[in-house]
Amino acid sequence: MLGFQALGSALDDMLGRDPSVFLLGEDIADPGGGVFKVTAGLSSKHGAHRVRATPISEQAIMGAAVGAAVAGMRPVAEIMLMDFLAVCLDQLSNHAAKLRYMSGGQTSVPLTVRCAAGAGMQFGAQHSEMLEAWLTHIPGLKVVVPSNPADAKGLLTACILDPDPCVIVEQSLLYFAPPQPVPVGHHVVPLGVAATVRSGRDITLISYGRQVHDAVAAAGVLAADGIEAEVLDLRSLVPLDERAVLESVARTRHAVVVHEAVRRNGFGAELAALISESLFDELGAPVARVAGANTPIPYAKPLEDAFLPSHDAIVTAVRATLARSRVRVAG
Amino acid sequence: MDDISVPADIGPDTLLEIFTVATRIKVCDEKFRSLVLAGQVSAQYYSPRGQEIVSASVGSLLRPDDYVVTTYRGLHDQIAKGVPLRELWAEFFGKATGLCKGKGGPMHITHPQSGLMVTTGIVGSGLPIGAGLALAAQLRGTDQVTVVNFGDGASNIGAFHEACNLAGVWKLPVVFCCHNNLYAEHTSFEDGTSVGRIADRAAAYGFPGVRVNGNDPVEMLGAAAAAVERARRGEGPTLIEAMTFRFYGHQMSDQNEYMKPGELAAARAADPVVAMRKWLADTAIADEQRLAGIEADIKAEVEDAYRFAEQSPVADLGEALTDVYEEALA
Repeated sequence: MLGFQALGSALDDMLGRDPSVFLLGEDIADPGGGVFKVTAGLSSKHGAHRVRATPISEQAIMGAAVGAAVAGMRPVAEIMLMDFLAVCLDQLSNHAAKLRYMSGGQTSVPLTVRCAAGAGMQFGAQHSEMLEAWLTHIPGLKVVVPSNPADAKGLLTACILDPDPCVIVEQSLLYFAPPQPVPVGHHVVPLGVAATVRSGRDITLISYGRQVHDAVAAAGVLAADGIEAEVLDLRSLVPLDERAVLESVARTRHAVVVHEAVRRNGFGAELAALISESLFDELGAPVARVAGANTPIPYAKPLEDAFLPSHDAIVTAVRATLARSRVRVAG
Repeated sequence: MDDISVPADIGPDTLLEIFTVATRIKVCDEKFRSLVLAGQVSAQYYSPRGQEIVSASVGSLLRPDDYVVTTYRGLHDQIAKGVPLRELWAEFFGKATGLCKGKGGPMHITHPQSGLMVTTGIVGSGLPIGAGLALAAQLRGTDQVTVVNFGDGASNIGAFHEACNLAGVWKLPVVFCCHNNLYAEHTSFEDGTSVGRIADRAAAYGFPGVRVNGNDPVEMLGAAAAAVERARRGEGPTLIEAMTFRFYGHQMSDQNEYMKPGELAAARAADPVVAMRKWLADTAIADEQRLAGIEADIKAEVEDAYRFAEQSPVADLGEALTDVYEEALA
């Protein structure tokens, strides 16, 4: 199954199970089924009142989703591209994230926000950003970034079931990546549980989303030199599987964080700080970060490629980390 | 209220109820304001004094399961929706017994049992949320109505226009109730708003807009009743522009230097709660003894709420870390 189909099957499953679930977003109804086809067929099957095409009104979409959630519904709001969250960040940050706290726990906002994100399709600076660091900085929100179709289905389902506001960041290149097996029917990947994609003893590559694949590719290159890299797919950033991160790095004593978002104040900085605070004495070398350049995202293909962290950059970062290590590693 | 005949379709009980609620708001406000000014309680408080009749009239039409959204200047809307006074006062004092355990404060009151769902400190942001509450009712097929209260300044932010359009497109059961008190913070209505009447903006979204004297209970009740009934019948939203005035400026430290000369004095001289009291007596809906009895009862009720708040314990420090998520994250 392709990534966009996996997400659609999660929505289909949840619409079928729970009458309080409904979807709203621009162009999501049939015959179009959304610009990325994630919701194709759902309004025909579940009704246009539950799969609601909205005007182009991000504030109204997000605000209506917040209000409906406060009233006990489980809305899934689609904000077409993550960059557009800027238009409705008041509703997400000041309301969705804070209403439980400000009400002393009287109300909750069981809202799911879906947004496409990420570079690689030459959409230019306003349609390509990864802005998960904005969101992880806001107490009250949960944030997930799947790396493959099965996780996309399971994490989206977990978000809809969750009592708190969740944002699922769907990298648009993964919508159409080569198909992979996806469990049929109800499938939940719990929030806050990282996956070890590849085991290794020498260094831990910590990543999420599409860059997990770059990390795996880099690990393959390194293995040829006798360097065994462990690859951790975080899957969810809030809640974060701190234990999985720290256990792995405690074993390998080296870590490189890989993400697509710009390096400065990116989520990698949080991970590097977490590891350093917890494992300073065990670390063989400082935690390294491989991330996007500190620029808006360019349009021209060679420039866009240069913006993105490559698996070559990961290989280089691993070698540099091990070269300055206080610990002797093979290779 | 020049015409002192009593409208046939509004019973005396309704009018007395509106007066009672308006008086409760007025007494609460006066007491709380004096405590803040005396330094006995530390709060960022925005007084709705002068706007009581708007909320009391709308509130008399709503059921407990109807939803209300209001703003940081929201004491009148909260009391009119039936939020319990003791816990409301305790929340204003930041006490453990407060509605929101002291975490919300005057700008963030919530009490779902009363239907008071959200109080927001961000101007204009309540309208899309109100549309969402109304959408929930529409999806469930209930006849619940949502009333969103906001000021004239809010009608200039994008969220107002997006929410009105969405509510118009989907015929949501919502009443957008603008309390036009003529000032958006320190900016006058005409200096900040491109139209002479906010009610006119409803036409752009395909639903009725009406401007009324919000300080006149008969006029206010008539407009609100039409809007609430229209929403309950599933015919969609209404925008009410209730003309009123705030007696104490934008915030407590406000010296009102931006106001027109004489405007504030004239408004206070026409105090809508005092005017309604006089009207009830003049029309013989209630005699002096009855009105004085209502006022005495309310004073005792407010005194009780104040004492409850004052004597309640402050929030436990451990509470600071709860309610961020349903369960604490590892």
